[in-house]
Amino acid sequence: MTAFILQRSTQSIVVLFVMSLIVFCGVNLIGDPIYMMISPESTQAEIERTIKEFGLDKPVLEQYWYFLKNVLNGDFGLSFVQGIPALSLILERFPATIELALFSLFISLVFALPLGIYAGLKPDRKISKFIMAGSILGFSMPTFWVGIMLIMLFAVHLGWLPSTGRGELGTFLGIESSLFTLDGLSHIFLPALNLALFKLSSVLRLTRAGTREVALQDYIKFARAKGLSESRVVNVHLLKNILIPVVTVIGLEFGSLVAFSTVTETVFAWPGAGKLIIDAVYNLDRPVIVAYLIIIVAFFVFLNLIVDILYSFLDPRVRIKGSD
Amino acid sequence: MSNNNKHELLSKIWSDFSENKLAVGALFFFIIILFVAIFASVISPTDPYDLSTVTIMNSRLAPMEEDFSGNVYWLGTDGAGRDMLSAIFYGLRISLSVGVLSGIFALIVGAFFGISAAYFGGRYESLIMRIVDIQLSFPSILVALIILAAFGKGVEKTILALVLVQWAYYARTARASALVESRKEYVDAARCLSLGNLRIMLSHILPNCIPPLIVVATLQTAHAISLEATLSFLGLGLPQTEPSLGLLIGNGFEYVHTGDYWISIFPGIALLFTIVSINLVGDQLRDMFNPRLKK
Repeated sequence: MTAFILQRSTQSIVVLFVMSLIVFCGVNLIGDPIYMMISPESTQAEIERTIKEFGLDKPVLEQYWYFLKNVLNGDFGLSFVQGIPALSLILERFPATIELALFSLFISLVFALPLGIYAGLKPDRKISKFIMAGSILGFSMPTFWVGIMLIMLFAVHLGWLPSTGRGELGTFLGIESSLFTLDGLSHIFLPALNLALFKLSSVLRLTRAGTREVALQDYIKFARAKGLSESRVVNVHLLKNILIPVVTVIGLEFGSLVAFSTVTETVFAWPGAGKLIIDAVYNLDRPVIVAYLIIIVAFFVFLNLIVDILYSFLDPRVRIKGSD
Repeated sequence: MSNNNKHELLSKIWSDFSENKLAVGALFFFIIILFVAIFASVISPTDPYDLSTVTIMNSRLAPMEEDFSGNVYWLGTDGAGRDMLSAIFYGLRISLSVGVLSGIFALIVGAFFGISAAYFGGRYESLIMRIVDIQLSFPSILVALIILAAFGKGVEKTILALVLVQWAYYARTARASALVESRKEYVDAARCLSLGNLRIMLSHILPNCIPPLIVVATLQTAHAISLEATLSFLGLGLPQTEPSLGLLIGNGFEYVHTGDYWISIFPGIALLFTIVSINLVGDQLRDMFNPRLKK
């Protein structure tokens, strides 16, 4: 077990290192950010001074070395556009992204679990076939386009919900979130629904597959034979067993919601980290691009590490397979 | 294989495929889409990128509206006065070519690494499969985002990003079936004839790994088209000079709040129909080649 954790941790560090190298070198190949920072009328001398000041005249590898040293100290440099540390800019935006992703995860589970169980228990019913056809449509629909359609319908045409920005924040148990105010809820609803639709189909299909498998097991037949009520068989005996695969993928699903929130945040102008990176790419704000990419990669590497370790606790076969 | 056998095989495949009427319909629909994309310049009512005919006077006409000279725009016009129907036909061409091209490159790269991993085994195999595992643990949008945010946008970079996103799926599939194949007798026989490794992999193992690769290819191409649209919409993918469906939708997004729904709805519907039809065909192919579901 210790060997497995150690091996996976080393692998994570290697991945992080390679990624930081790719990201840093890649970003240093595009455009010249110097013209973003100075006024068009500045003299050659001023340009050169700014280049020196930011260390842009040094060789790329030397810049990377300094960068790596600074990153390990938590310093990603100042945003070229806003002049504040890139790291704090991103960390300040992360709660909005996490909030959106968590709420979306909640919505998708609330719909996907019952629908998936139903479609799995009664696979031949018309409704089940309709649910499954809908799920193909669900994962075929590009997230950004669905978002635009939601804005058109609920915000522009019907005028029920706001389409941009994050609403008023409320504080509950020391956590600041827009989920605690009515205005905040009305703002988060559309983006969260948009993001949830994307995951709903895959969780639904997973639940259905799990249900079909578990429903044939002897312990379900035995539970029925004992004369337990259908609701008890489903809610206790079946649900507990299909939750094992569902819970293990939730970690990864949550990660992909965070990644995909880039799209939803852009459509709904949600002030999260995803919107920040898109804006940074437009403005060639190198420190912010690099910092975001490295933080998000670190976030994923960490998430995967935890999922791997948890999984190896639940299923010893993974450990044996992983260590050869 | 004799001609007769080939014919029999094809009709067997078709009869398996046509069991699912929805998939047949989807295939038929996709062929129409493909036809429209290939002959976009012939069947489009106007050339949307010919500056001599496009005029800002016609901007944002609603569907079925006429301009001053009496031309009817079935799906309306966009902010620059371009006919939406023609723009969608041209956009389909760009979206499909980027999707299919990246799919082909990814198939080549993935099949190469997958089959060679299975064939040579050992450390090489472990290394390749570890890279595949690591990459598949990242969501596709994140991998593409890293490439495009770090290297900038452009046609080649978008294709590179899509290839990087997809190759791991092909590699995993190719390795799984090549592992089974390389233990069979005909591979031993080929080795006894002291054929070269490359020749054994290419002309003996590869042909037998094709069916599962085709399934992955259909589903991945649909995914690539959708991902390209998303990236182009975000302004990270294709440049404005290559107006794919994603860029058309992005342009229409500017007019969402003014109620000019048609500029973003119609390209989106075209995109959706393309993706759904490919997915339906892919789903049926997967069921066909899945031995567990054989009756």
